[in-house]
Amino acid sequence: MSDHTLDKLPGGYKGMAADMSSDQTAFKGVQWGKTMMWIFLLSDTFIFSCFLISYMKGRASTVVDWPNTSEVFSLHVGDVPVPLLLIAIMTFVLITSSGTMALAVKYGYERNRKMCAWLILATAIGGLTFVGMQAFEWSKLIHEGVRPWENPFGAKQFGSFFFMITGFHGTHVSIGVIFLFIFARKTFRGDFDTGKRGFFTTMKSDYVAIEILGLYWHFVDLVWVFIFAFFYLW
Amino acid sequence: MDETQNKAQGSTHKIGIYLWIWGLLFVLSFCSYMVDWFAFQGLLRWSLIVIFMLLKAGLIMAFFMHLFWERYALVNVLLWPMTAIACFIVLMAAEAQYTVFTRAFYFFVGG
Repeated sequence: MSDHTLDKLPGGYKGMAADMSSDQTAFKGVQWGKTMMWIFLLSDTFIFSCFLISYMKGRASTVVDWPNTSEVFSLHVGDVPVPLLLIAIMTFVLITSSGTMALAVKYGYERNRKMCAWLILATAIGGLTFVGMQAFEWSKLIHEGVRPWENPFGAKQFGSFFFMITGFHGTHVSIGVIFLFIFARKTFRGDFDTGKRGFFTTMKSDYVAIEILGLYWHFVDLVWVFIFAFFYLW
Repeated sequence: MDETQNKAQGSTHKIGIYLWIWGLLFVLSFCSYMVDWFAFQGLLRWSLIVIFMLLKAGLIMAFFMHLFWERYALVNVLLWPMTAIACFIVLMAAEAQYTVFTRAFYFFVGG
């Protein structure tokens, strides 16, 4: 459906009732791939929620003190321990990559191939930096004796929640980085301008794919916002 | 194709919006880091963390993920399931209270 027609439809809740009862496409003006990505992200939200809720339950019900994350995740600059420094840098790196992704989507729709491709590449490099720092963080904690079943800092449950939650998030980032590199290549090659058929599908490439990839990437950033707040800061 | 052309014209927004949101996300992240830096404790710490978190999440979803510009049919399908998560959080918080109570009781008082 073209946006020109969309403007004539009622908006707000009236529009919602009309769309849902229109006996046609419910999500008007939304390409099917985008709907499917949103539904996948919704299911992913439930998975991450289950992890964070079980973390809440585990942390709230232990009678042993929870490790002080501010100290556990501090980095030494010279001789001075700076609390949560690495995590703060990781947060800023991920937000930066989210910003470049948002701009990539915009330039994609404007059919600015070069700009779009460079921004996707920048996003991929940001994601790679994030995964690299996470690997560093994991190895640092493992050296200090943190295990899923014990750790030297406090409640035993800390390790299992840490590895499970950040591991699952890191897996998402890694998968995103792989797709970002693939899409950077596709964009540089001009697949989305020529409507070249993809590797997994016989359908023609379209710049809407960049927006779908962007949705996934922003979601990864969104989950990190919650992990940062609840796991590292709380 | 007609569809692609319309998308190309209809879905772009001024670059200023993205840069503004980007800047705000940096400021909010910096603020939440400062909560830890100044080692605020108790209710002040928790409320600040949650406020900054919700603001960041809202900005990302509304503008970076374009939900602000989507039709209500999609927005409502995506946001209402969050109430189920909210219910789950309340249930498990109550459950945690009960678990810690029974643990404390049997550890310190005995069976």
